[in-house]
Amino acid sequence: MGLINGVNNDEYVRLLGAWPSPFVLRTRIALNLKRVPYEYLEEEDTLNSESVLNYNPVHKQIPILIHGNKPIRESLNIVMYVDETWLSGPPILPSDPFDRAVARFWDVYIDEHCFTSINGVAVAKDEEERKMAIAKLEQCMALLEETFQECSKGRGFFGGDNIGFIDIGFGSMLGPLKVLEKFSGVKFIHPENTPGLFNWADRFYAHEAVKPVMPDTEKLVEFARLKFNTSIFK
Amino acid sequence: MGEREEVKLLGTWYSPVVARAKIALRLKSVDYDYFEEDLFGSKSELLLKSNPVHKKVPVLIHNNKPILESLNIVEYIDETWNASGPSILPSHPHDRSQARFWSAFVDDKWFPTLIATTITKSENAKAKGMEEVGEWLLLLEDAFISISKGERFFGGEVIGFMDICLGSFLVILKAREKLKGENILDKSKTPSLCKWANEFLADDTVKNVVPEIDRVVKFMREFEAETQTRA
Repeated sequence: MGLINGVNNDEYVRLLGAWPSPFVLRTRIALNLKRVPYEYLEEEDTLNSESVLNYNPVHKQIPILIHGNKPIRESLNIVMYVDETWLSGPPILPSDPFDRAVARFWDVYIDEHCFTSINGVAVAKDEEERKMAIAKLEQCMALLEETFQECSKGRGFFGGDNIGFIDIGFGSMLGPLKVLEKFSGVKFIHPENTPGLFNWADRFYAHEAVKPVMPDTEKLVEFARLKFNTSIFK
Repeated sequence: MGEREEVKLLGTWYSPVVARAKIALRLKSVDYDYFEEDLFGSKSELLLKSNPVHKKVPVLIHNNKPILESLNIVEYIDETWNASGPSILPSHPHDRSQARFWSAFVDDKWFPTLIATTITKSENAKAKGMEEVGEWLLLLEDAFISISKGERFFGGEVIGFMDICLGSFLVILKAREKLKGENILDKSKTPSLCKWANEFLADDTVKNVVPEIDRVVKFMREFEAETQTRA
């Protein structure tokens, strides 16, 4: 067994990622929460990167967590893996089976509906398409506001007193949401319509596991402008 | 234990994802009340109340608390009745992540592509879709060989999470093969998966739980005729 930087090969943790990706952000927050030392490798061009293709031949996507020589793929999968492997830090998923099922349900909803709607607004070809995508996204926000009230039970986060699975799943979308708000003129997280989420977002940004890795909004705006050559960003 | 726990399952007889919940409950020897939903007619009050967001089955209701999404339900069953029956998810975090990864692959890529080839009217799209389904079966063959390590199932000696996930689609797959005279699970290309498929369908926890292939063939034939006339 060799050592890399003083750490046993089997225990060495690497994360392949890209700074604008909300999915990569999830995994970094989880690792920070558990205070896991890791090497972060920025993938400039993920599709052509050899390491990405080696470790994730199925989806050719980041993030990829490499623990020892074992790759773990898919952001939520990685977050669960981190939670189950490093047991000394605060728990990310709740301990009660029902609460865990609720947390998993909402993160799937966030990926399948919210993220899809965010993308929908960004790539909309015309005003009508954009209006529909915006309406869908507003619906998602309303539902998540309800969920926040139910899950937080008056405390600061979906996870209670500390950030948990839903906080990480949804909080990672705040950057793209802010970018959309800037370009569309629509406030998706609103002090009157979604007061719970509005205050939660500030708390999330300020959290010690989030602050050092949350991408700067202005940089995300520039990135979006370059990546999406659609009408909303002109 | 005190009072009998109240476990209800809302489902449809033909749904492969509902079968997942049934198999998991059987593995853990959990008694439950089953309610057949008429999704083409009107959905029950209980379904609408328990799953207002998606209005879909399966829904597991345990002591009045609803649990949604089939794989979520399987994990919930595994965690709640952890002292009874075999573990459904593997114990090691890396093996668990593999099981979750491959099951997401089956649910998000493999099965939707297979279903799309049933619906599409374009011969071109159908051929392309079936080609992808075949390629991905080769990936699943490799995954099975690596994960099962010579045992009968993905889960080892006993059925586990990945077996339930992929196995639940076997009846539809075989019904489709029968209906169309196709050979999707090909012994010459994916011999290990073929063997696994037979083991899975013959297993005690599965064979009386999944619908009969002929019944599904009839259902598919009627469904297809219906969609053709509506088009």
